[in-house]
Amino acid sequence: MNADNILNVDHLTMRFGGVVAVNDLSFDAERRKITALIGPNGAGKTTVFNCITGFYRPTSGAIRLTHEGGRSIQLERLNDFRIARQAKVARTFQNIRLFPGMTALENLMVAQHNALMLASGLTILGLIGVPSWRAAEKHAIDQAKRWLDRIGLLERADDAAGNLPYGDQRRLEIARAMCTEPALLCLDEPAAGLNARESAALSELLLSIRDDLGTSILLIEHDMSVVMEISDHIAVMDYGVKIAEGPPQAVRDDPKVIAAYLGADEQEAIAVMESSP
Amino acid sequence: MTSSTSELTHVSRLPGVAFILKKALISALVALVLFSLMVGIRTEAGPTGQLIYWTRFDDLAILVLIVFVGSIVIELFRQWWGPAGTTRSVPQPLQTALDFAGRAIPPLLLIFTFLVPVIFYNQRYILDLGILVLTYVMLGWGLNVVVGLAGLLDLGYVAFYAVGAYSYALLSTNLGLSFWTCLPLAGILAALWGVMLGFPVLRLRGDYLAIVTLAFGEIIRLVIINWQSLTGGPNGISAIPRPSFFGIPLTAGEDGLAARLGIEFSPTHRIVFLFYVILALALLTNWVTIRLRRLPIGRAWEALREDEVACRALGINTTTTKLTAFATGAMFGGFAGAFFATRQGFISPESFTFQESALVLAIVVLGGMGSQLGVALAALTLIGGFELFRGFDQYRMLVFGMAMVLLMIWRPRGLVGYRAPTVFLKRSEAISSELAREGRG
Amino acid sequence: MDYFAQQLINGIVLGSIYGLIAIGYTMVYGIVGMINFAHGDIFMIGGFIALISFLILVSIGLTAVPVILLIVLLVSMAITALYGWTVERIAYRPLRHSFRLAPMLSAIGMSFVLINYSQIAQGARVKPVPPIITGGYSLFESDGFVVRLSNVQILVVIATVVLLALFTWLVSRTRLGRDMRACEQDQTMAALLGVDVDRTISMTFVIGAALAAVAGMMYLLYYGLVDFFMGFVAGIKAFTAAVLGGIGSLPGAMLGGLLIGLIETFWSAYFSVEYKDVAAFSILIVVLIFLPTGLLGRPEVEKV
Repeated sequence: MNADNILNVDHLTMRFGGVVAVNDLSFDAERRKITALIGPNGAGKTTVFNCITGFYRPTSGAIRLTHEGGRSIQLERLNDFRIARQAKVARTFQNIRLFPGMTALENLMVAQHNALMLASGLTILGLIGVPSWRAAEKHAIDQAKRWLDRIGLLERADDAAGNLPYGDQRRLEIARAMCTEPALLCLDEPAAGLNARESAALSELLLSIRDDLGTSILLIEHDMSVVMEISDHIAVMDYGVKIAEGPPQAVRDDPKVIAAYLGADEQEAIAVMESSP
Repeated sequence: MTSSTSELTHVSRLPGVAFILKKALISALVALVLFSLMVGIRTEAGPTGQLIYWTRFDDLAILVLIVFVGSIVIELFRQWWGPAGTTRSVPQPLQTALDFAGRAIPPLLLIFTFLVPVIFYNQRYILDLGILVLTYVMLGWGLNVVVGLAGLLDLGYVAFYAVGAYSYALLSTNLGLSFWTCLPLAGILAALWGVMLGFPVLRLRGDYLAIVTLAFGEIIRLVIINWQSLTGGPNGISAIPRPSFFGIPLTAGEDGLAARLGIEFSPTHRIVFLFYVILALALLTNWVTIRLRRLPIGRAWEALREDEVACRALGINTTTTKLTAFATGAMFGGFAGAFFATRQGFISPESFTFQESALVLAIVVLGGMGSQLGVALAALTLIGGFELFRGFDQYRMLVFGMAMVLLMIWRPRGLVGYRAPTVFLKRSEAISSELAREGRG
Repeated sequence: MDYFAQQLINGIVLGSIYGLIAIGYTMVYGIVGMINFAHGDIFMIGGFIALISFLILVSIGLTAVPVILLIVLLVSMAITALYGWTVERIAYRPLRHSFRLAPMLSAIGMSFVLINYSQIAQGARVKPVPPIITGGYSLFESDGFVVRLSNVQILVVIATVVLLALFTWLVSRTRLGRDMRACEQDQTMAALLGVDVDRTISMTFVIGAALAAVAGMMYLLYYGLVDFFMGFVAGIKAFTAAVLGGIGSLPGAMLGGLLIGLIETFWSAYFSVEYKDVAAFSILIVVLIFLPTGLLGRPEVEKV
């Protein structure tokens, strides 16, 4: 293994009663790169995400997160919030989960909860109004402001998150995840429901997160234009198993992948590919 | 042209009348069956112990008629207003007036409250009522932390009230500790109890959490009733010492406050003192709540209410967050309980029934979960309303129950359905634009 | 040994009554996901309606006990079912798409309405009823303690078994039962397939109320009195039974009911009568913490 991998998924299996949602899946996500997990609906992608981020406990298998300095954490037995807090893994959700009654700014402040709790001396110092607390709060607001600016929502910082247009909500959810300063950002269909212009803006945002901040990204997506444009590495799933893995070009031309998406037989796919000019 | 359009409107309105009449008739029929036995026949234990009955068909007829007419009225109202969820846009001048009122009311109300003992010095009844209202305002603000901010449905809040009251009663009658010493102890004990109760149950979902807290409340009440050696059982604890003015007793004697100040003693002194004590306690609750909302813990409570899964994904330990909400709410309930014990001088399990929990919950819900002003106004309305109908215990509970149902149907967000954000990027513009809009439904 | 046997009989009878009420809770929770807080008070109303019906029938001169029982059963089931239907229409249906806690708060309000309505309508004093069904059988005797099985007890158990069989047939073989199961699984899909969801939900409440009415009538026959707060405590116990058996499961509700009845009876007989309610409430807490899906329930996986 000469690649510097931030995430190793090793023989991951997830069973719900009699249904095997994920079957012996293994793949790696490289540090400071964008890895995409694609596949037809029902392939088990969100289940994999839920296992990685601790919302499901895997039936078997191992998930290892390796930090910059070499320190690694096993994720498969950890709680969801511990993974977010200790392993520095952040995520967004397929159906946006913002705090709708709170403003955009407040959403980003909640993301910085753990740092702020420490700074407020578990609330005691905050109640008194100690200067170090005030400084920490200001720092948090500034960080939130920077992100709002980056996603173009600075003007709407004080609007309720639930009132924002759909595309803005998606970007806000990403910004909120980034405010936790994660090492690995997991995005569940971030481009769902976005039009072409918004998808392009999203691609730009994700590329800048990778390049400027050095955050590794793991992404589930159906929008192939986004996937092809930004991914460094792609893993393809179908019916709970991995059917292909590699750089975007290779995956795109893989007959198994085409067959899976078309719902057709691999042989038919090869035939179609060979017959087309 | 005009005559045919008026014909059209005339025709389209006719089915409306038939529809309304049909609905009213069905309602009346249902009412007839429902009330036939329960209202039409009145049973009672007769003089020799057997069951006798008599008929009340006239009452039955009146009730059915009321239902019939009421059904028509409601239907007409509904057609005029629109379905339950519609909002009407408020004209601008009215909106500006409401904004102004919204900002002016809290300080005005506060000033008025401070002056109540001065204005109504000789009206003992008003002073007592004021103390009662303020006690419920404090309970409402306390429960508001749990239900309104953190979104945890607690149906057993009265348990913390009871712990606070019995702690003070037992500590003062057995150990001779003063009210001011016991007050923080009562709060701490109640908070500890809240943590102990909360720890095993806080991962339960909404409905289940509600029932479990209800069960806890009932268990506490039953234990209090049955553990006679400790709590005096159904007879309660009496001769609970009254608070002193920071050490100086409020009595008629030589060392009393009145004697020291050189004024004539009056029992009203103690009432006025108690009034300001509960006012201070309530304001403390309010201040702490407002401060906590602006701190990360308060924001985490509100985020918990909005979406617990998202909170966990952000690395927030939702169990400890819920526990702190529970413990904080419990602490304030404990303070209120200690005050209650010292005000009455006597406590018994009868004061700590599920009905009390439901009443405080209704105050929080009516007030608009999370709104400090709303809760205060709701307490004033409900307790004041209850007092007006003193003597009609069952009728006022009946009306209370109906009010809860209607409130849920028509204004589930409460009187003040708006949530004030705790941090702004652009202060001044933000404030006016926020107040103009109703919070997300 | 005979004391034990007697308590066993008593426990089963009490448990049958709880089971009948528990079915109402579990069905409603299964189909609309709410705890019908007012269900216990429907049971209380059923008891009252039975009381009044008995009174009228006896006073107009009817003496044939089986006839009286049958008429009272039908009348109280019908009227109480209508109460259940009305409560659902007024207090729950408008809130079906409201926020999570709204139906529960509305149910609490409805519970207060029913309790105080009954108190106002019938006066606050307890109403005693002379025993309508008397007699029984002495099963066996030793050390001077006679184990008795009264006719009332036999009636309660038979009625419960018959109703349970009827109800199981209803849920598994009829169209209504199928609709109910469909709505339980996926309301939207059921609606798209032509199921009248509103009507199905209403019928669920109606049937639950009818069973609670039978429980009320049995309670009246067994204990000889009805009081306004019997719904509150019995309601929590019956809900405990539903949870213990596995919320959403019908056989679970009955099983839970029997268990709670037995536990309560044995606890009062061997430990202390005063704390018997505490025992029941504690079981609720313990079950919800350690075994939230109950004995026969299906585990729920939270969809993220």
